[in-house]
Amino acid sequence: MSKIWDIHGGIHPAENKQQSLGDPIQTVPLPPSLILPLSQHIGAPASPLVKVGDKVLKGQMIAAAKGFVSAPIHAPSSGVVSAIEEQTVPHASGMQAPCIVIATDGDDSWIEHSGTTHYCEKTAEELIAMIRDAGITGLGGAGFPSAVKLQPRQTINTLIINATECEPYITADDQLMRQRADDILIGINILAHILGDPERVLIGIEDNKPEAQQVLATALQNSIAVENAPAIEVVEFPTKYPSGGEKQLIQILTGEEVPSGQLPANLGIVCQNIGTTHAIYRAICHGEPLISRVTTVTGKACNKPGNFEVLIGTPVEHLLTEAEFNSVLCPNLVMGGPMMGFTLPNTSVPIIKSTNCLLATTAEENPAPPPAQACIRCGHCAEVCPASLLPQQLYWHAQSKNYERLEAHHLADCIECGACSYVCPSSIPLVQYYRAAKGEIRLIAEEKRQSDRARERFEHHQARVEREEKEKAAKREARKLAAEAAKAKREAEAKAAEENPESTTKNIPTDGDTKNTGELDIVQAALARVAANKASPADQRKRFERAIETTAARLAKAEQALEVLNKDKNAEQSTEKLAQIEQQRATIEQARLRHEEAKNKLAALNTDQPAAVEAAKGKPQTETPTDDEGLDRAATAIARAQKNAAEQASMSPQQKLLKQRDALQNRLNKAQARLAQAESEGSEQIDAFSNAVATLVEKLATAELKLSDAGSENTPHQNPASTTEENS
Amino acid sequence: MDELSSLELLLTAVIALVALATVFGIILGYAAVSFKVEGNPLADQIDALLPQTQCGNCGYPGCKPYAQAIVDGEDINKCPPGGQATIDALASLLDVPAPELDAEHGAEAEVKSVAYIREDECIGCTKCIQACPVDAILGAAKLMHTVIVDECTGCDLCVEPCPVDCIDMLEVPQTLSDWHWQAPLPPAERFASPQPDANMIATDRGTDDTTDRAA
Repeated sequence: MSKIWDIHGGIHPAENKQQSLGDPIQTVPLPPSLILPLSQHIGAPASPLVKVGDKVLKGQMIAAAKGFVSAPIHAPSSGVVSAIEEQTVPHASGMQAPCIVIATDGDDSWIEHSGTTHYCEKTAEELIAMIRDAGITGLGGAGFPSAVKLQPRQTINTLIINATECEPYITADDQLMRQRADDILIGINILAHILGDPERVLIGIEDNKPEAQQVLATALQNSIAVENAPAIEVVEFPTKYPSGGEKQLIQILTGEEVPSGQLPANLGIVCQNIGTTHAIYRAICHGEPLISRVTTVTGKACNKPGNFEVLIGTPVEHLLTEAEFNSVLCPNLVMGGPMMGFTLPNTSVPIIKSTNCLLATTAEENPAPPPAQACIRCGHCAEVCPASLLPQQLYWHAQSKNYERLEAHHLADCIECGACSYVCPSSIPLVQYYRAAKGEIRLIAEEKRQSDRARERFEHHQARVEREEKEKAAKREARKLAAEAAKAKREAEAKAAEENPESTTKNIPTDGDTKNTGELDIVQAALARVAANKASPADQRKRFERAIETTAARLAKAEQALEVLNKDKNAEQSTEKLAQIEQQRATIEQARLRHEEAKNKLAALNTDQPAAVEAAKGKPQTETPTDDEGLDRAATAIARAQKNAAEQASMSPQQKLLKQRDALQNRLNKAQARLAQAESEGSEQIDAFSNAVATLVEKLATAELKLSDAGSENTPHQNPASTTEENS
Repeated sequence: MDELSSLELLLTAVIALVALATVFGIILGYAAVSFKVEGNPLADQIDALLPQTQCGNCGYPGCKPYAQAIVDGEDINKCPPGGQATIDALASLLDVPAPELDAEHGAEAEVKSVAYIREDECIGCTKCIQACPVDAILGAAKLMHTVIVDECTGCDLCVEPCPVDCIDMLEVPQTLSDWHWQAPLPPAERFASPQPDANMIATDRGTDDTTDRAA
């Protein structure tokens, strides 16, 4: 017999285990429908593999594990999927969660399945995969996926099987051991094999289960004779609640304490529930997934309490009928034990993988708690706390929502066993405060995580907006500089024109060049143009002729306007009108003068060039017939636009098309290069790029068509059809 | 002779003091330069307490500007998304009494909500994308947009710019994964409520003697 250690604290509540131990494990008739919540375990909910209306066989996987910490769900019996919907689940919240509902057909026909008794020939990975696919989770109550627990990073030297079942009333494991000890031992051997045959394999059992311990010891003796398995030791220790807690059991059996925030695996220990080992045996040796479990139904409100082999998903009410449950007597139906269980919202919720007990106590058996009174600081709670915490301090801080202090007092190490509430003379529901505070802390941490993320995203957003603003500002600045340069150039030209008026008439057509010359020596360029102008008297003559034409046109127009005004004058007399007429007359006079001037200049040019230059001097100042200065600038702009248009117009349509075609060809080449790059990199955007190429090819083809329609000569170029082939 | 020595004494003292002042001045000047704290640590602390919704309900263009404004003397009760919890946290950080939430800036939402775009109605104008302070909306011009729910802070800044009004603020339903136990009601309220305390765990009973006898 190996040495055992004691844990701090603990209580001895009334055991109440005998009521349900009278009969062996009973079977339950097939219920008409089975409700299978997608989340029966710790971790991500399973994702459904079936649709409504699908026919399923017993043992068929109907929902697959999603992620590493998750477990699949199997059909506990054959039938038809009647719904996949939100249903009330057995959870303390009483909330709804997605469930698969199966309407059983009564055949209970199995899907093809097979197991192996030669598990030793299989590798640990294969066995773990089988356990995972069988959807096995811890059957002790927490429901942690077993396969995850069996893949520790550390080497395991001790395997502990938890057969403690320390909570009052529950006898499911006890009964299982009494009846199926041989199977359990095989399950333990499988676990030991998976974990690389640890040095020690211990079965921890409380001394209130002598029968079960006896049966296990006998089975152990027999099995050792048969198999060459590692030595399994059954360790008995005094009954005390809550020795069945994982960390507590480890302390009792090894004397080692699992440090706060760490896992047993860090000490080289793996702990599994005895019910889980039985499920593992069924999964490996018979190929049966976890579709049923042994559940205790007990309490005085049941006439026939006992242990039942019940299909997962069986509605609680169906099971309660078997135990002859009297709902009138039971004010509070609890799932789980009296210490850690929770009240069920109604009796239509299903049995899930972690349901070890249904407790239907009467009002006198489990009376409503007396009103909570003030904490008197008796310290009883600290004496019984198995995690050596200070429950009264935790209570104070939980009340004042001082989460920092709670964390400093290691609230996270509280196993919520309820021992402190049990001994509290003031009947304070201490555990409820801790649970609420734990939830609140978790929520705050989650909010903090989210807000940190939002902050980060906001900062990135701000940085991006700022960068874009800067880019825009830089562009604006560049445009402004360019505009200023252009203005300076114009001014310089105007200045040059004053010195040499001949250049001014050239001013407009050459304006387009300013952009290209940019900030080069504007004055020099202007001077060069002046020189060029001087060199071509023919050009000058042409301009003067044009000027005569335009001034004549203006003159005619102004006279027309005067006529209109005169007509109006007949109808209505006013000082304003008179002023307008006066102005119009002045305009006509001016226009006439300019017309004369231009004529003179032309004449002078014909006879003597220098004279013409002198005559033209006055022209820039009096160019506009109206006094509006803005028109001057507008005229420049119009002229520029006209020039561009003329440039375009000067190109033959065929040339234009050619130019378009070349541009398209360029773009296509670029797109192809991008596509090639994307393909070599295996980028996800290949589709988008090939689309772009296809569109460009199409456009190019249209351009080609137009070009040939225009009847131009056929310059040799790439055939669009061949391009398409290249890309496909 | 006596006078001279006392004058010397005075001079020595003055020189010593000047020397000391110079030395310490240099040390302090050096420390001021080399140990200069970048940014305002208090503003960062305040920013860490704010909910980072970036909703602008406080009148500032985001949580950080509001944090900076608080440092400059702004009231701490202008953050409706944070609610009383944030005000309390700020009050304890700044060591000032915690005021009530300023109703002028909005009420504290009971349930967190996120934006949802009715996608078949979206015309792809990108206005909401530009409004989103945390870049939680995906989409391109003339293409449908959608909200990344996990990144949405529920600030509802995208609702108003939408020209076709296809954005709804939906409350996030509570699921099993974010449910947690509620603390027991204070005794006075517990007796006043007609419903028995649903959260009561089975352990919270006064006597076990009856069951003991029954066993």
